[in-house]
Amino acid sequence: MLSKKLMVCGALAALLMGCGEEKAAGIDPKIYTDSLFAVMKADRTNYTKLIVQRLGPKGSDSILPVEHWKDVENGAPLPAQMFRAGAEAVRDMTSDFTYSLQSEWPINKQNAPSTEMEKSGLKFIAANPGENFYGEEKLGDTSYFTAVYPDVAVAEACVSCHNEHKDTPRTDFKIGDVMGGVVIRVPL
Amino acid sequence: MNRWLWLLWLLLALGFGGTLAWKMFASENKDLYLIGDTTYGHYQIEMACETCHTSPFGGEEILQDACTSCHAEDLEQAHDSHPKKKFTDPRNASRIEVLDARYCVSCHTEHQHEQTRTMGVTLPDDYCYHCHQEVGEERESHKGLPYDSCASAGCHNFHDNRALYEDFLVDNAGQPWLLDIATLAKPNAAHKQIKPGAQPLTLQDASYSAALDVPEHIPHEWASSSHAQAGVNCSDCHSEGDDNIWIAKPGHLQCANCHENEVKTFTEGKHGMRLSGTVSKPLQPVGPADSHMEFTKSGQQLHQSCNACHQSHAFNRVKAAADACLGCHADEHSLSFYDSPHGKSWQENHQTEQAYKLVSCATCHMPRDARGKGDKQTVRVNHNQNFNLRPNEKMIRSVCMDCHGLGFAIDALADPVLIKNNFNGKPGVHIESIDWALKREK
Repeated sequence: MLSKKLMVCGALAALLMGCGEEKAAGIDPKIYTDSLFAVMKADRTNYTKLIVQRLGPKGSDSILPVEHWKDVENGAPLPAQMFRAGAEAVRDMTSDFTYSLQSEWPINKQNAPSTEMEKSGLKFIAANPGENFYGEEKLGDTSYFTAVYPDVAVAEACVSCHNEHKDTPRTDFKIGDVMGGVVIRVPL
Repeated sequence: MNRWLWLLWLLLALGFGGTLAWKMFASENKDLYLIGDTTYGHYQIEMACETCHTSPFGGEEILQDACTSCHAEDLEQAHDSHPKKKFTDPRNASRIEVLDARYCVSCHTEHQHEQTRTMGVTLPDDYCYHCHQEVGEERESHKGLPYDSCASAGCHNFHDNRALYEDFLVDNAGQPWLLDIATLAKPNAAHKQIKPGAQPLTLQDASYSAALDVPEHIPHEWASSSHAQAGVNCSDCHSEGDDNIWIAKPGHLQCANCHENEVKTFTEGKHGMRLSGTVSKPLQPVGPADSHMEFTKSGQQLHQSCNACHQSHAFNRVKAAADACLGCHADEHSLSFYDSPHGKSWQENHQTEQAYKLVSCATCHMPRDARGKGDKQTVRVNHNQNFNLRPNEKMIRSVCMDCHGLGFAIDALADPVLIKNNFNGKPGVHIESIDWALKREK
């Protein structure tokens, strides 16, 4: 079945080649960012459930997920910190895409939306659960395809930590709530 | 007439151009091209231009690589609060237009001596405000604070906040000024270098040629040294290569054969940086005469090496920990040491086996780095005298808190009078950071 589809696509592509405008090669930015987000979300959920929940204080108690984890002998990064560490490591490796974790209710104010696109995107995903937000923006001299994906509370620890933190601007999060958004940018 | 003037002009132009070219490409001394005095951190290597200016092509990235080649490890250890990777996200594009924190030189511009202030910063002191202005508006304790007061002593640092972050302040609040149990780890790294089965050596075992005109006191000094106790003979330091060629005056590289970490850290600090492998050309070791600081007359002609402090052959670590420092350093802080509580206690007891428990110059300025646990613990002395200075809050956790409470340490290090008299008395200033952090806990 699949090979039949591929053959049809191949035939169509062959027909179109040479009789129309040259199409830019490469993957659609939306598919690209959707795919990146799928990997990010899977890794983030797995770290939360398979590592932090299983090995943390409510599991075997062999690691201590804590904000200043470097200062604790068995300290481990919180899921959000692990995610940010990944984003920073990626920025060291490539500028082909960047991503960040933001929220309208950030514990650290530096993680509040700052560009107009981020502000609109985070508002949209909070008001439309289950939907993503896509747009284009210019930052500095570069234009970006910007995608914003909902970051949903998947574990009790996410909710309780954010509700109880002394710097939190919101204290009524529940499991399943959109707590923030993942912003992925691809330079155009 | 015109022809002669043209000829004169041509000769002058060739002479001038030739001098510049010779200075650039052939002369060792390139001071003509030094566009301004360097900072206190780099003046020692300012004539080894290629150490930082590794290529005539390329801009800030080239310089950035040079900065990180020497300072990246330090910043990593300091849990740098503002690493470059925080600023490479495009969402910070508007901030970078105001202050490009991706590059060290944005805040630490070299060759701008007139503009350079504490910590080598060349920016106005309100740099925190550009990104963190909301703190001054939202946090009760910070309302009305001057824009340039964030990085004042005892509050925040741009890079190293390990002893100043809020949770740490809360966790260590309420400690007495002097802890009940004051502990300083005993250095043991050198001891761990002793070869298995090595036997202590005596004067009769000294391995040097009778043909050498060796002053009588030298073998005696060696025989009483820790080297002789550890089975290290004359030839172990005084020879090199497969042919064991005798070296009259072994240098720091010879020491590094056994004391690799000590030599590495020595060459990372101001005492030994001219000998660092990262410097682009060989330089004479630094001496007091090269420095802007205050030194004794007798120390003026000394040049830094391992032996300058450790005395060749005797290798007296106790002497190296205070007397050696004060043989050269003659600023108010140094001269006040022996009259301070730390210094008095040192003078009374430093000849005992317990000397490592006392506070000498080296205790604070060459901190001990303990890694591992129990029998496997190795305690190394960091020989980079600048490791926990600049800013001085770096020594709170690495040294002060071995004996003192956090609040006392923060206040003491923020008091310039107390620093000058070498901590002779109680702090005359109080930094409110712990009080403010506790208030927010309620």
